[in-house]
Amino acid sequence: MPRNPQLNDRGELQHLLSIEGLPRETIERILATAESFAGVTERDIKKVPLLRGKSVFNLFFEPSTRTRTTFEIAAKRLSADVINLNIAVSSQTKGESLLDTVANLSAMQADIFVVRHASSGAPYLIARHVKPHEHVINAGDGRHAHPTQGLLDLYTIRHFKKDFSALAVAIVGDVMHSRVARSLIHGLTTLGAREVRVIGPQTLIPTGVESLGVRVFHDMRAGLREADVIVMLRLQNERMSGALLPSAQEYFMSYGLTAERLALARPDAIVMHPGPMNRGVEIDSAVADGPHSVILPQVTFGIAVRMAVMSIVAGGA
Amino acid sequence: MKLLIRGARVVDPASGRDAPGDVAVADGRIAERVDRPDRVIEAEGLVLAPGLIDLAARLREPGYEYKARLESELDAAVAGGVTSLACPPDTDPPLDEPGLVDMLRRRAKALSRARVYPVGALTVKLAGERLTEMVELAAAGCVAFSQANAPLRDTQVLWRAMQYAATFGFPVWLRAEDAWLAAGGVAHDGEMATRMGLPGIPAFAETIALATLLELARATGTRLHVCRLSTAAAVEMIRAAKKEGLPVTCDVAIHHVHLCEGDIGFFDPNCRLEPPLRSPRDRDALAAGLADGTIDCVVSDHTPVDDDQKQLPFAEAEPGATGLELLLALTLKWAAERKVPLATALARVTSDAARVLGAGSGRIAPGAPADLVLFDPGASFRVTPESLRSQGRNTPFLGRELAGRVRATIVAGSVVYEAE
Repeated sequence: MPRNPQLNDRGELQHLLSIEGLPRETIERILATAESFAGVTERDIKKVPLLRGKSVFNLFFEPSTRTRTTFEIAAKRLSADVINLNIAVSSQTKGESLLDTVANLSAMQADIFVVRHASSGAPYLIARHVKPHEHVINAGDGRHAHPTQGLLDLYTIRHFKKDFSALAVAIVGDVMHSRVARSLIHGLTTLGAREVRVIGPQTLIPTGVESLGVRVFHDMRAGLREADVIVMLRLQNERMSGALLPSAQEYFMSYGLTAERLALARPDAIVMHPGPMNRGVEIDSAVADGPHSVILPQVTFGIAVRMAVMSIVAGGA
Repeated sequence: MKLLIRGARVVDPASGRDAPGDVAVADGRIAERVDRPDRVIEAEGLVLAPGLIDLAARLREPGYEYKARLESELDAAVAGGVTSLACPPDTDPPLDEPGLVDMLRRRAKALSRARVYPVGALTVKLAGERLTEMVELAAAGCVAFSQANAPLRDTQVLWRAMQYAATFGFPVWLRAEDAWLAAGGVAHDGEMATRMGLPGIPAFAETIALATLLELARATGTRLHVCRLSTAAAVEMIRAAKKEGLPVTCDVAIHHVHLCEGDIGFFDPNCRLEPPLRSPRDRDALAAGLADGTIDCVVSDHTPVDDDQKQLPFAEAEPGATGLELLLALTLKWAAERKVPLATALARVTSDAARVLGAGSGRIAPGAPADLVLFDPGASFRVTPESLRSQGRNTPFLGRELAGRVRATIVAGSVVYEAE
């Protein structure tokens, strides 16, 4: 198999494409760097000059508000110039190929491409074709990976729980279609979490997922028992009724996180969600807004984590 | 033209001959001997075998001339030692009208390189709804009828199509893939696809469809040839069907004998194939089934794809790989790795393929067509885009070193290719 394309000859992070295959030290370094940036985001003047003069292109081939915004804020706090391209409604509809779009932007002197694409592996294709000084950060590709989300989830867990080796983490819902779940699973297994569980109906659990190092539960109550961390996944509207699930209501009955189910977890369990939430589908409002919820801190930490990733790949931090 | 090939190791799978000797050619056929040959080829240290017969090679004409043309692909064929090939009907328009078949055959004949055997469409436009005029298509030169990779969802139509073909004794060549189960999938439904977030095609998409095909073959008496097996379970089903006496044959693509899901690596679009590369266990069962003859033939499944359609994210890339020029070397590689005798290995691309095709070639015997390949089994080459004559440069084997170089290819007694 060829060399992991996100690392350069010296084993340093050239691109961030997936958490899978990242050495533990690299993940820990990103988290530590993010911690140092957390202070910046609380200051009055929220800027450091690490990426001054660099250009960050947000290339979103698939619509997104939250991820694109947090990348933009992160880049600006590093003093980079940010250009947002919503390609879902521009050149692709004019028939321009993905690589042509990238080549054109590269000719405009880009330093970092932040890429979201509906097709798994698209950022790998881009990374194979960019110039040596250009960096690609995967902001979500198909069902494959969403590494900065995975890292901010790890950051959040570490913030509230410290020692990974003591933790049981339960990931609940549509694992099949979730890049968030895949990235978090790789991160947790690399950092040595005691147990990673996935919970959902057979229709939403992908074949052979055990090979990623997780335990599968179809019974939510059994899966939540004594969990330290509960990560609820978003259920896309188009999956709520059809061949995978009969209805959102029935899904909530079996797999929605209610206060009563949350009580099965450890008393100090935290509840996470990558957003945007479907209240009443995967999570009850009382839980989402309750004392165990760390959903809003996740968003705040996301900025520091994305600052860390950008500064490490492009700023030599 | 009288030709004498002297001193080669002559391997004729049909007769089991594997010994040094001379082979004479006169009037386009193998002869007992020739007096005063026009040309003598000294072939010591080389293997002389029947020319390869490839049961699946896309030439892309008509309709996809920007991907490949007859000239380039038939050049590639003879450079790879392929002297006969069957081309699937998935052209644009598909081979569903006698006029198209006639034109294709005439174009191929005028180029006088490899022999081309068109496989006609089983249904109009390959849409799986109406039968084609099989009798007329056969008269125009179609040797069998197929859906290529196009689905035939309606089992009523499938049943009737097989009945109709059986009425006239036409072979039906079909892939076993349940179109509903395969819908949207681009990789084997397993560990790798889960890891990469690629939509999967389960192994049972193949076995369920194969069970249907075998039942219908039993009921209709159709001469069924199952194309491109990809799973261990399907090999087992074919083994059982043959044991029971069903006259079924099958093939596997050479890629699936060597590669598995793990070779997709970091989303290599050259490994985007139909059917998908499956697990290592499936690959091993295919390699073993080919060795013991459960799988009758190995094919290149040659599919030239232009760069624009391959330089895309994995799921969006057009499936297929170029293979005409690699079929021989990859067959030799399989034989070496799995300890298969050379004559047995070559049978799968010569005499066994001739049997499925119903052609008189594929053997070295007096009176047989003089379709021959002369190759150096020890000489190796590196697969590079520049080394390929095919217009398609898309192969998972780019950069690999392979052994087995073709020195000369002879079709109907004429030397149509000679290495410099």
